[in-house]
Amino acid sequence: MQQTRSVELGTGLFVLLGIGALFFLTTQTTGGDPLGGNETYTVSARFDNVGSLKNRAPVAMSGVTIGRVREVRFDGERLNAVVVFEIDSQYDKIPEDSDASILTAGLLGSQYIGLQPGGSDIYLEDGSEVMFTQSAVVLENLISKYLFSSGGSDADDE
Amino acid sequence: MTDTDKPLIEIRDLDYARGRKQIFKDLNICIDRGHVTAIMGPSGTGKTTLLRLITRQLVPDRGHVLVDGVDIATLNERELFGLRKRFGMLFQNGALLTDLSVFENVAFPLREHTKLTNRLIRHIVLTKLHAVGLRGAADMMPSELSGGMARRVALARAMVMDPEILIYDEPFVGLDPISMGVIVRLVRRMNDALGISSIIVSHDVQEVSTVADQSYLISGGKVVASGSPDELHNTSSELVRQFMHGMADGPVAFHYAAPNYAEQLLGRDAD
Amino acid sequence: MFREIWYTFLEFLRTFGALQLFFLQLLRSIPIVFVRRFRLIVHQVYNAGALSLVIVMTCGLFVGGVLGLQGHSNLARFNAEDSVGTFAAFSLLKELGPVVTALLFAGRAGTSLASEIGLMRATDQLSAMEMMATNPVRRVLVPRFLGGVIAMPMLAAVFSCVGLFGAHLVGVNLLGVDAGAFWQQIQATIGPEDVWEGIIKSFVFGIVASLLAVWEGYNAIPTAAGVGRATTRTVVITAICVLILDFMITAVAINFGD
Repeated sequence: MQQTRSVELGTGLFVLLGIGALFFLTTQTTGGDPLGGNETYTVSARFDNVGSLKNRAPVAMSGVTIGRVREVRFDGERLNAVVVFEIDSQYDKIPEDSDASILTAGLLGSQYIGLQPGGSDIYLEDGSEVMFTQSAVVLENLISKYLFSSGGSDADDE
Repeated sequence: MTDTDKPLIEIRDLDYARGRKQIFKDLNICIDRGHVTAIMGPSGTGKTTLLRLITRQLVPDRGHVLVDGVDIATLNERELFGLRKRFGMLFQNGALLTDLSVFENVAFPLREHTKLTNRLIRHIVLTKLHAVGLRGAADMMPSELSGGMARRVALARAMVMDPEILIYDEPFVGLDPISMGVIVRLVRRMNDALGISSIIVSHDVQEVSTVADQSYLISGGKVVASGSPDELHNTSSELVRQFMHGMADGPVAFHYAAPNYAEQLLGRDAD
Repeated sequence: MFREIWYTFLEFLRTFGALQLFFLQLLRSIPIVFVRRFRLIVHQVYNAGALSLVIVMTCGLFVGGVLGLQGHSNLARFNAEDSVGTFAAFSLLKELGPVVTALLFAGRAGTSLASEIGLMRATDQLSAMEMMATNPVRRVLVPRFLGGVIAMPMLAAVFSCVGLFGAHLVGVNLLGVDAGAFWQQIQATIGPEDVWEGIIKSFVFGIVASLLAVWEGYNAIPTAAGVGRATTRTVVITAICVLILDFMITAVAINFGD
């Protein structure tokens, strides 16, 4: 009987530990949504090139996440990309002429949308569109540009 | 209960093959109620296989095994388990469950099939252990037991559900003379005191002769002789004499079937 | 020659089919075992889980530590040392946690299951149970299978947690990454679907590892050599299956993720 008791005690401890570990992983490692269940409003923007922007990528202003990308799609008529994103309703004083650009976290990090505030008195609201956008920097273009110029200078050296 | 003149277990025209090897061919055996029946034969004749056929751990290719006149091949799982509760089986090496103590091993069938209180189970188990003389070993684990003790515990376990039929698979193998004597005495006593029918499978002629009422000698897949041990001892058949008196060579050849020795040494058997 | 390959193929197919049927047989008995033999399951969770805890935690700590070191030295080239937490967390949660735990599980619990069941067969214990009108599948196999299935995800979770702790120890306490950045980076990049992927993987691996261990033991040739072979096969086949399945699940998860 004594042995059975200790086995059961050990099992109980083990299962508690396991559940504790699962709980820790699900709650502590995931930021969940910084927006939580907060109210949001939806804004869209058009880009010539979205790079590798993905759903759920953060939308940041001055480096603070204020929203998330909900949808990235291609507009077949105007031949550019439409990005729909949600912004936390508590940030409802974002000027309409703000500038949205696709930035990269770190050199090889994931891409996110950065908003630069404009000066207008009219604010973004549900359904409005950000007019001023700047496309993602595509690494290949950057590299080829660099190679092109340095290649030229090499030729000059000889 | 059922009428007593009908045999308890009847094996009719049974064929059984394992792979390509024919083990039994037209086997007929009758086991009477209340007797100790011995099934003897040289090693490798499939005696253990026969026990497995009787308890339907194996199913014959042809023929029938009847218990109380019912063909056990027709039983469904529930009926089969009901039938098996009437059997007690003693395996060659005891087959005690190694993760349970001696006490729990003997209590196992009770815990599985009855709703008895712990008190009652304790009472029954200690009685059975006492009957085999091992009440003092109740708290030991199977790994701590000697071969003879393990077999006695297994016997206690086989009896704990008060079966009608006890089956012993080679109960005398590898025991010292004292343990052997103990087991022989137990077999006889169980049979007479409890009115159990017993089946012993063995090749130990001496010991079997002292306990069996009826013996069958199997060789080459059939019954070659049957009768009381005395009748077998005094038989005229060469094969039976060889077996009963332990002669090395005779109808049962010393050599396993092989190609011609000289040919094989000269390497001609390859073609 | 062709014949031989063909027969080998047929034999493989037969074994595979038999394994599926065996799995179904186990599944069918699960409800009744849960109701009638709950204590046996508890025992097996203890055997498979609690007894594997020490090696899983030790390995987790060091794997996490290695991830911290490697991550730090490689990410330093891109000035991204702060991402060491993310690097470790991704590796642990999605891959190393489930996979390494499954391999350790096969080595620790799988082998002991296979050899235990194999020896029970070799010593006629399973036949004895059958003769005592007890179904060995329910009494022996299903509790052991369930014990493994329940224990695996928990072991994997413990492995990942201890691994994160190890990475934290090396990254933050030893190499001086800021603790805040370490956790903030993890939380910003890892979503619930990443955690779920790991849990699903460990669950699937738990089923596979336990099934194979029980199967190999149950079908072991009842001799010393046969049981030894079954034990070896358990580890080898589990390792192969886990890695193949890992690839498949990852591929599916990535396709759905996008």
